[in-house]
Amino acid sequence: MKKLMIGNQAVAAGLYDGGLQVVSSYPGTPSTEITEFLAKYDDIHSEWAPNEKVACEVAFGASLAGARSACAMKHVGLNVAADPLFTLSYTGVTGGMVICVADDPAMHSSQNEQDSRHYAMAAKVPMLEPADSAEAYAYAKAAFRLSEEYDTPVLLRMCTRIAHSQSIVEVGEREQAPIKEYVKNPQKYIMMPGNAIKRHPVVEQRTEALRALAEDCAFNTVELNSDEIGIITSGCSYLYVKEVLGDSASILKIGMPYPLPVDLIKDFAAKVKKLYVIEELDPFIENHVRALGLDVVGKDVFSLLGEFSQQTIAAAFGKEPNPCVAADSAIPNRPPMMCAGCPHRGLFYTLAKNKITALGDIGCYTLGAVPPLNALDSTLCMGASVSGLHGFNLARGAEAEKKSVAVIGDSTFMHSGMTGLVNVAYNATNSTVIILDNSITGMTGHQHNPTTGYNIKGDPAAKVDLEALCRALGINRVRVVDPYDLKACDTAIKEELAAEEPSVIISRRPCVLLKSVKALPPLKVEADKCKSCKRCMTLGCPAISMKDGKAVVDATLCVGCGVCKQLCAFDAIV
Amino acid sequence: MKTTSVMIVGVGGQGSLLASKLLGRLLVDEGYDVKVSEVHGMSQRGGSVVTYVRFGDKVYSPIVTEGEADIIIAFEKLEAARYAKYLKADGRIVVNTQQIDPMPVIIGAAEYPADVLEELTAKGVQVEALDALSLAQQAGSAKAVNIVLMGRAAKHFNIPYERWIAAIENTVNPKFVEMNKIAFDLGYSA
Repeated sequence: MKKLMIGNQAVAAGLYDGGLQVVSSYPGTPSTEITEFLAKYDDIHSEWAPNEKVACEVAFGASLAGARSACAMKHVGLNVAADPLFTLSYTGVTGGMVICVADDPAMHSSQNEQDSRHYAMAAKVPMLEPADSAEAYAYAKAAFRLSEEYDTPVLLRMCTRIAHSQSIVEVGEREQAPIKEYVKNPQKYIMMPGNAIKRHPVVEQRTEALRALAEDCAFNTVELNSDEIGIITSGCSYLYVKEVLGDSASILKIGMPYPLPVDLIKDFAAKVKKLYVIEELDPFIENHVRALGLDVVGKDVFSLLGEFSQQTIAAAFGKEPNPCVAADSAIPNRPPMMCAGCPHRGLFYTLAKNKITALGDIGCYTLGAVPPLNALDSTLCMGASVSGLHGFNLARGAEAEKKSVAVIGDSTFMHSGMTGLVNVAYNATNSTVIILDNSITGMTGHQHNPTTGYNIKGDPAAKVDLEALCRALGINRVRVVDPYDLKACDTAIKEELAAEEPSVIISRRPCVLLKSVKALPPLKVEADKCKSCKRCMTLGCPAISMKDGKAVVDATLCVGCGVCKQLCAFDAIV
Repeated sequence: MKTTSVMIVGVGGQGSLLASKLLGRLLVDEGYDVKVSEVHGMSQRGGSVVTYVRFGDKVYSPIVTEGEADIIIAFEKLEAARYAKYLKADGRIVVNTQQIDPMPVIIGAAEYPADVLEELTAKGVQVEALDALSLAQQAGSAKAVNIVLMGRAAKHFNIPYERWIAAIENTVNPKFVEMNKIAFDLGYSA
């Protein structure tokens, strides 16, 4: 049946039809839906792991046990899972194993623009890259056979445009891949030096075998249309090239960016007068082509930055831009922001008011950085708030300890905040760590995590007791505060910053977007009492604005959290 | 058939996902090659959201670039103005007259441009403005703004009315089908 699917749904369908039995992932835009769609199948095991390293190792264990397994993550998640990845290359697999990684050119929802193809080369693991949902389905399914045939994990590279674009897929049947017999094999699976040293040549031989495959396989295809222009391209760049140039140029489409073919590229280059490589982000294919001694147009014309489009291709090939009209008025930006009633707001307001240095982390609460709160000083990567704060305080000493905090979400704390907190306790800075516990993984669209008490299917699961955990990690001062209570937030922050030992404040209130959270009646402003002081406006709540000099509350947005009411000195908000 | 490009633009939370789902499903059922592209993540938090829908005999690119859109369906005025440059010279905008202030306007760092639709009309853009919020409320829910606008835009697609209604029945939660059909009709006859 023909169905419109986003790339991630097609990957899920392909993995399932490829015989997948175990998937473990950590959510991250633009990869999250792969695992969400897999969780809809009841005859396989799916789960949210606390982080990508755990997820990848779970997939490894399932493969070792003889089952076809997978994990999915965003590009920066692969940094976290890089440790198992590099040695998985040496051990190889028993059941086929697929690692899905989604890059985010243009950083729609990410902190950097890294190109995951380098990991394939660095870890010496084959990588497939589909250009639409039909290919995403086919490649995901084929990846298991490739994995088992060549005894290697396979990377499946997505990017935001492919992951989140819907196109037509015709799905097939699920391949039956019964679990293989478990046979203990220390030489293959115990990677201590004596064994690993024997596995390294196996890896090199495998790469050569895969390179031979790359010369003649269904992933890399040639369309000979012209002897003037030849374009080597892959992924969504291929779509933009086809959109603009159609059948007027010859195209070598690369569906397996690692390892890259040699003869196929040389033959293709010999058939055209001018050779181009068109790829988003880094010159990965281009460097390979140049190393073959071929003259090529690449990153000298096509940017290292952001996403391409048909316009990129049109401009490079001298086509006139489409005529268009634009409004002359300045169009104000509409940045994302914390929702009305977001429990993070009261806490961030208190930090900003007290001019606290706040090292931030990855999640919805990164939005505490934007005006008018401007409450954050840094955002680096998952967990860096806690470990970074410790370093900050080591460098700046006791005065800094009294004016600085880390803020980290519940899911991010589970992911990689715990180890940083152990370090705070063990190496003793008087750091204050604030865990923003909104009872869900928010930014990626509400996934459960070990602190919520539910698993990926929404069934009850073991629930981490954050207070007990922090105490067990060596923190004696652990307290819980309601972020809707500004006075309580202020007191807690002041007292914990003043304390002569490390401390944790758990700011606890579920995300207002959760279905289980009931909105209170909306508040309103009594115009005659409003003195237009705009104090309520300093919260940056999207439900509050100034109309005709007075504050007004938008009743359709307000959830009655009451934080603005506490700020009003004239009791105008009721 | 040449590829037709549609853009659905609005503010995170306004229901553009359902609108693009409806249109995508309808176009697949009509036998077209279809691509629908949207970006999830940050945009859900009240930011500007844009969805591209492209259909024809064979569609390659999933996105729409400047000067390419045949029609823009805008759920909010400012978003119509933001993406107007994506319209073809003879393209049209179906726009909800609702104004939703973005944070820079709320905190006084920027101004919401006055008469921005009039400005576009003066420049020759075919602007079809309607108060979709009132019509949605009339249909029974403010949330039906998306379907009201799809009803208004439906006239510009060469697809019979009955097929749209069938697509609503196939896409929308059964509990809300009747309400959405009313919303669609209010937009269609607006």
